[in-house]
Amino acid sequence: MEYVIEMRNIRKEFPGIVANDNITLQLQKGEIHALLGENGAGKSTLMNVLFGLYQPEKGDIYVRGNKVQITDPNIANELGIGMVHQHFMLVEKFTVTENIILGNEPTKQGQVNLKEAEKEVEAISKQYGLAVDPTAKIEDISVGMQQRVEILKTLYRGADILIFDEPTAVLTPQEIKELIEIMKKLISEGKSIILITHKLKEIMEVCDRCTVIRRGVGIGTVDVSETNPDDLASMMVGREVNFSVEKQPSQPKESVLEVQNLVVEDARNVPAVNGLNISIKAGEIVGIAGVDGNGQSELIEAITGLRKTKSGNVMLKGKDITNWKPRRVTESGLGHIPQDRHKHGLVLDFSIGENMVLQTYYKRPFSKNGILNFSTIVNKAKSLISEFDVRTPSESTPARALSGGNQQKAIIAREIDRSPNLLIAAQPTRGLDVGAIEFIHSKLIEERDKGKAVLLISFELDEIMNVSDRIAVIYEGKIVAIVKPEETTEQELGLLMAGGKRKKAGETS
Amino acid sequence: MKILNGKWSAITVPLLSVMLGLFVGGIIMLVSGYNPFVAYAALFNGIFSNTYVLGETIRQMTPLILSGIAVAFAFRTGLFNIGVEGQLLVGWLASVYVGLQFEGLSPFVHIPLAILAAGVAGAIWAFVPGLLKAKYHVHEVITTIMMNYVALHVVNAIIRTYLLAPGERTEEIHQSASLQSAFLESVTDFSRLHYGIIVAIIGAIIMWFLLWKTSTGYELRAVGFNKYASEYAGINVRRNIILSMVVSGAFAGAAGAMEGLGTYGYMTIMPAFTGVGFDGIAVSLLGANSALGVVLAAALFGGLKIGALNMQSVAQVPTQLVEIVIAMIIFFVASSYLIHWISNRVNKRGKI
Repeated sequence: MEYVIEMRNIRKEFPGIVANDNITLQLQKGEIHALLGENGAGKSTLMNVLFGLYQPEKGDIYVRGNKVQITDPNIANELGIGMVHQHFMLVEKFTVTENIILGNEPTKQGQVNLKEAEKEVEAISKQYGLAVDPTAKIEDISVGMQQRVEILKTLYRGADILIFDEPTAVLTPQEIKELIEIMKKLISEGKSIILITHKLKEIMEVCDRCTVIRRGVGIGTVDVSETNPDDLASMMVGREVNFSVEKQPSQPKESVLEVQNLVVEDARNVPAVNGLNISIKAGEIVGIAGVDGNGQSELIEAITGLRKTKSGNVMLKGKDITNWKPRRVTESGLGHIPQDRHKHGLVLDFSIGENMVLQTYYKRPFSKNGILNFSTIVNKAKSLISEFDVRTPSESTPARALSGGNQQKAIIAREIDRSPNLLIAAQPTRGLDVGAIEFIHSKLIEERDKGKAVLLISFELDEIMNVSDRIAVIYEGKIVAIVKPEETTEQELGLLMAGGKRKKAGETS
Repeated sequence: MKILNGKWSAITVPLLSVMLGLFVGGIIMLVSGYNPFVAYAALFNGIFSNTYVLGETIRQMTPLILSGIAVAFAFRTGLFNIGVEGQLLVGWLASVYVGLQFEGLSPFVHIPLAILAAGVAGAIWAFVPGLLKAKYHVHEVITTIMMNYVALHVVNAIIRTYLLAPGERTEEIHQSASLQSAFLESVTDFSRLHYGIIVAIIGAIIMWFLLWKTSTGYELRAVGFNKYASEYAGINVRRNIILSMVVSGAFAGAAGAMEGLGTYGYMTIMPAFTGVGFDGIAVSLLGANSALGVVLAAALFGGLKIGALNMQSVAQVPTQLVEIVIAMIIFFVASSYLIHWISNRVNKRGKI
């Protein structure tokens, strides 16, 4: 069997660490091959070697049977290797076509021939079923369509080996479905795909074979049809992983959060939250299920004081906190794990230690008469780092230098440590690997068992089903149904999230 | 190449830039028919050879420290204060005005009062761009530049209308407000060295302490790095933007007081900007926006400017050449991004 790409025994070192050691990856023609590993396992390094951004210390690369030296991304392009980056490399102000042809513009008498390019883009997009509007500006189109533009970019350059770097991390469930269709279509048109991911479900759904790497070492390659998610997970993590979150039935007590008839407008002054009611009791986790953009962000921002409400009330432990400033809300007993950890959760250029006191730096013992007490800050950071297993060289390391999972653990440590009555966790496991997800879920449940109220917002239905005690479905700014996870199915939730009604009347509790 | 990247880069990049700047200056001298070795020897002697030039160097660096601190402080909190020049001018005028008033005060009251007035004037001048930035998102670079021109002409108009004395300038300030020191002058062979250097060093210490040791500094830096996370943490972003500009402007105003109370003891009608405020940007850049770095960079610039006078008289090299050297140094510091990029590329390929 000839492989379109064969990477044999690749070793790549960086000062102080071996990022890849003895990794072999063989891509057959016409297959979707998964590259599976935890965050920081060395997946990206391996792909950067293939793409010519790094030179390996050891090992050989063969493309279509020929040994090659890829010293430059241009060589990778010439060999027909294209990369669909996780963080899109698109010019916001340019149109779809302009982005696709950038660097390879067809010209007519020295001028860019946009008409011809548009036709060509249209033709490729039809051939592979990649629906895009060639004349739309990037800033005006959805994330899913932006990703299709990225794919078109590689196809326009004649790639027949496509590397997808965690393509589903930024997509909604619907868009993920579309992407999977696209990948299948690409294969049927004779392309070969490497899919970098840590989502086992996707591998089981679309991939033919899967190569697993763990801490930089190649563990092996398996046929997807002969394996199951549990085996893949233990190959990736190196131990048994518990998928079904273990928890006792909840014992809800007094009400902690009461939201009544809340109306919140979004940035365009359109009501994003529109007459929403919800109540969360001490000792329970309420999960909010919904498609992105149905008011989840605005709801959190209104509760936490980051956005003004139009009308309605937010009550925390019986106190009306509507439109309080963020600090006052925080001090009255609210912890918030924000949706975007880089934008809101951390000051990336601050050290981990400084980030650990982001909510408390101005209070004793961290600050006295306006002077910071660094020894107590360092001690607090050290104890949180060890308690929450934040993997960092030291507490003075900049937050930027940590992996996503450890950044998230630092935020969770900070928020839980203040022992808030209400903990809001917005997409707490986004982009994290199974090990970190397991840890974070257990921490949320631990808080619940301590008698705290937890509000979980997630676009991952698995997470909502596994962790929540009650599920509230949000649709167009309203809670349209409240169900118990053991009494519902993903199908039913999906229907409710799309605005459908429950089949059995009188079931909403 | 690694020394240009790691934790030492804040030291190695400026040092290398200074050397490259002097080197390029030497080439320009050669091309122009001067002997660079003679010229640089004269420059060096012009900084260190006797107590007079040493005193003048310290005097020259005094306002540069404060204007550099002003720029660095704003920069550390995410703002570009290009208006140091204007804030310095209003500070200068305010210090001279207070120095002219209040006859018979003790120097221990009068001097701090005059410096305070300068700081307040600079702070008010910087408050306007700060407010516009915080409330209406007007970019501070634009407004601070424009405020420079307003300052220049307003200051001149005030002197001309209310404070004019013979010689297109104000009267001399009262002795009780003066930073000039017969003692310092006598030990430096009658240079114009004055007590302002102490004020400047205190200013540098204040900057360091405020930014790194206080909860206010924590807030200011947090807002500078990430205003969304700051908002999430309950920090008042608008207030901190304004505060940052106000503190920066106060440093700039104090720099003006060094000229008004120290070097000159009066203020003239200004035909053009002093340049000290703009040099502050260069000092801050070369000093990697740190308090100690700014003091060192100000010493270098002060020395070069004073040494240039000797270079002209001994080696007949025009003083403008030192301006070119300074410009080249800044050019190379600013290019450190390029240097980083090149060294990263080289490192990545594993070949040096």
